[in-house]
Amino acid sequence: MAKRESSFINMVVTLVLVTGIAAAALGFVYDFTKGPIEAAKAKAQAEAIKQVLPEFDELGESFKTLTEAGGDSLEFFPAFKGGELIGTAIKTYTKNGFSGYISIMAGIDKDGNFSGYSVLEHKETPGLGSKMDTWFNNTKKPNQYVIGKSPESTNFAVSKDGGDIDAITASTITSRAFLEALSLAYDSYKKNKE
Amino acid sequence: MSQLKNFSKGFIKENPVFVLLLGMCPTLGVTSSAINGLGMGLATTFVLLMSNIVVSLVKKGIPDKVRIPAFIVIIATFVTVVELTMQAYLPSLFKSLGLFIPLIVVNCLVLGRAEAFASKNNVLSSMVDGLGMGLGFTFALVTLGGIREVLGSGKFFDLTIYPENYVTLVFVLSPGAFIVLGYLIAALNLIKKND
Repeated sequence: MAKRESSFINMVVTLVLVTGIAAAALGFVYDFTKGPIEAAKAKAQAEAIKQVLPEFDELGESFKTLTEAGGDSLEFFPAFKGGELIGTAIKTYTKNGFSGYISIMAGIDKDGNFSGYSVLEHKETPGLGSKMDTWFNNTKKPNQYVIGKSPESTNFAVSKDGGDIDAITASTITSRAFLEALSLAYDSYKKNKE
Repeated sequence: MSQLKNFSKGFIKENPVFVLLLGMCPTLGVTSSAINGLGMGLATTFVLLMSNIVVSLVKKGIPDKVRIPAFIVIIATFVTVVELTMQAYLPSLFKSLGLFIPLIVVNCLVLGRAEAFASKNNVLSSMVDGLGMGLGFTFALVTLGGIREVLGSGKFFDLTIYPENYVTLVFVLSPGAFIVLGYLIAALNLIKKND
């Protein structure tokens, strides 16, 4: 078979054929992977909720609320044990990370203290800002530990800014953003309770 | 050229990263750990293999003047297939590589092999070439990622080797990628010179 000539008709027909076949193949793959992708996302979220809250046996219906500052709404996941509300997981975020958007699942127990957190999404520097998933969770360092604390009694700002929480070494911007996200979650939690 | 030679040229003699210096963006961007390098390398290998096969199959039917757009569409299709599959079945790897997967489309290595090799050779040779080049790319990325991970975070494939207090942080940051790549290229040139 000789190579096809670059005539106008040939070029148009070839490109239409190539793109058509590509589109059909992608449609098929998309259809095939749609289910598993959604399942994987839902699973990651369910695991994050489990991680940040005390043990619960039933998740209530989730709902979204707008924040006072505007911007995206936060999603609330109330959790129950024996019919009693024992905590709320809140999917919160900040756009002020060192590399922009950070999304965090924060748990608040029934007394209004943080019961845990899990970083869902971030683009912070590996080895520096990325340490936030363990830094504020370190039981041995009370000054950087946020669990069991509430912005009511603790100043949720880094110590450099006069707050009560020690920032990650060499990652003050990430730490500020992290605490901002937690404060945002707490504020809308409080507002929602009223 | 024998098929074995065709296959093995991707590792040292014509290594896409160390010798041809193709596909530098993902090379420098994702290699902060060995596992990221491996994931990126294998994803690229798959795209390279599949696009080389398809391009060598359809090369006669594609008029010369539109061959580049046609190749790009073929490559982009396979990249999207990889992206969706990874998102569905390897969500944690997708989380760390997600940003770079779509960039495989414009990785000059993939288009370069389609244009320079697959559009001139038969299916078998193109397959071997794609596989060899892809694995050579993977080898380079894992080496680079491994060295940076060991020096920069004291780990290798997530296994802690020495405590974090002694690490040299610069190696997991962007400048470290350039430094390690420079030394690796120099070392490889030395080996080749002595051959």
